[in-house]
Amino acid sequence: MNAIIEMTDVRKTYATGALEVAALRGVSLRIAQGEYVAVAGPSGSGKSTLMHIIGCLDVPTSGEYVLAGGDVTTLPEAHLADIRNRRIGFVFQQFNLLPSLSACRNVELPLAYAGVTPSERRRRAVEALTRVGLADRLAHRPGELSGGQQQRVAVARALVTDPALILADEPTGNLDSAASADVLALFDELHAVGRTIVLITHEVDVARRAQRSVLIRDGRLAA
Amino acid sequence: MNWRDTFASGLEAIRAHRLRSVLTMLGIVIGISSVVLTVGLGLGAQDQVRAQIDALGSNLLIVSPGSSTSSSGVRGGFGSASTLTTEDAAALSDPAAAPDVAAVAAVTQAQTTLVAGTTNWTSSLVGTSPSWLPVRNRTLSAGRFLTAVDTDAVVLGPDTASELFGGRSAVGQQVTVSGRPMTVVGVLASTGASSATSSQPASDDDVAVVPMDTARSLAGAPSSSVSAIYVQARSEDVLSAAYQEIDALLANLHGDTDFSIASQESLLETANATNRTLTVLLGGVAAISLLVGGIGVMNIMLVAVTERIREIGLRKALGATPSAIRRQFLVEAGVLGTCGGLLGVALGVAGAFALPGLLGQPVSVSVPAIAAAIGVALAIGIGFGVYPASRAARLTPIDALRSE
Repeated sequence: MNAIIEMTDVRKTYATGALEVAALRGVSLRIAQGEYVAVAGPSGSGKSTLMHIIGCLDVPTSGEYVLAGGDVTTLPEAHLADIRNRRIGFVFQQFNLLPSLSACRNVELPLAYAGVTPSERRRRAVEALTRVGLADRLAHRPGELSGGQQQRVAVARALVTDPALILADEPTGNLDSAASADVLALFDELHAVGRTIVLITHEVDVARRAQRSVLIRDGRLAA
Repeated sequence: MNWRDTFASGLEAIRAHRLRSVLTMLGIVIGISSVVLTVGLGLGAQDQVRAQIDALGSNLLIVSPGSSTSSSGVRGGFGSASTLTTEDAAALSDPAAAPDVAAVAAVTQAQTTLVAGTTNWTSSLVGTSPSWLPVRNRTLSAGRFLTAVDTDAVVLGPDTASELFGGRSAVGQQVTVSGRPMTVVGVLASTGASSATSSQPASDDDVAVVPMDTARSLAGAPSSSVSAIYVQARSEDVLSAAYQEIDALLANLHGDTDFSIASQESLLETANATNRTLTVLLGGVAAISLLVGGIGVMNIMLVAVTERIREIGLRKALGATPSAIRRQFLVEAGVLGTCGGLLGVALGVAGAFALPGLLGQPVSVSVPAIAAAIGVALAIGIGFGVYPASRAARLTPIDALRSE
């Protein structure tokens, strides 16, 4: 299997005033195409930092990170924006939908940054929303949808660019158990059709749903 | 993200915060509308002066006694000297000496009391020749003008006639001018402009015009001096040639430049210079309010960047480059500015239509000024949006996403 993520001895140090805080102390991680991996760990373990680096939202202080065959360790922000746009689909704990836009327009957003034509955008957004079971909610705004529905819109937005990797950061953190089960079932389906999914969570139940679990503690991966 | 998308999202963001956007625009609206009004007032005043001058005839020169640069170095009051005479007027009428002069009318001016029946009216008495009517570009509304053989005949201004006779026809009526009974032979048409300039102390519509000799005998001082000589050039093109001829001819006759010649153009320039000063002053006030409006835009855009920090983070996570974010906020500021500009122009034009009714001051709406005002509003929006937009562009996606 081709590796989607290949991290070698990645370290991240934050400088807060005179103090240096090491958030990641040498993480090496390999995730193959089609894998469903949960990264679990308590708060303060470096989980979020790892997620930011996997998602190209931040760059490591040292080490090497190869995403989908391309080295992204030291790319400038404009290039990283392009990598995020084409290679990664994000699902956030807070859903992060734009409240003034309809579900369909929210899903179209990454395609707009990719320079896709409006009619093609529309077609793919409808397809992605149909895929997550929201074909009848295209024109609804986030405020008119339940939490579970909003998170499914977010999943549709993550899918719409056909990314190499879906990166979910505590996707069930703001959902009740029924909606959580709903969203996790959706991830299972996506995994079944060959999507690569990395799910960051502190909930053991959620981590257990994944094919493989990686535990992070004090900036290092445990077995 | 193409320009159309960016533009649409800018409009959306403005619509999402309607009240705030309107308040932000208010500064620009006020600034632009005052610019439109100020320029309109200035142009309106210029048009008004132009119309007055045109009513007098643009190929008219006025010769007044007394020099503004006396050889003795003492500056006499303008028009106080009595160095011009009817002989000067006769000399100027000579086509051989002054070929570019079409017609000449010498006038004497005085105050007089007119009595018709039981009605008294004080008016200005003009003593002149039959050529006065064409030279001053006036027309009659009733009767006829003075002829060379008239003695006890008077032509009244429209205001004078209505003061003395009310709605009745004045022609053929008797009127006592400075104690001497005379017959009204005609009534002048209104000039429509009440120009009270230094050479016309009273309104052009309130006069009693009598033959020159009659005016002299009424004054009781049979001298040949006149208050002014109106000279009509053959056309506007030969105005300066006529000016030279008059200047040379009179200087030769008098042996001194004890007179001054004014053209309508020079009066126009003086009036316009005053208007320009006023326009610049008011324009400065408008510019300050535009500056304040621009700072308002910057303030609100900074607030918007802080408030929408999560949105910025999300857009960056979804693939927005720093330049895409910068463009989004610049377009938003530009749209704010332009909307403010359009509203300001609408308000200014509405004011331009309402103001003449309220102040009696004409306001012209100038299309280039409006186009420039909208351009300035756009420039202000973008100019004051640069700093907030680059702040938004510089945010790192994690800082933007993390903030609650």
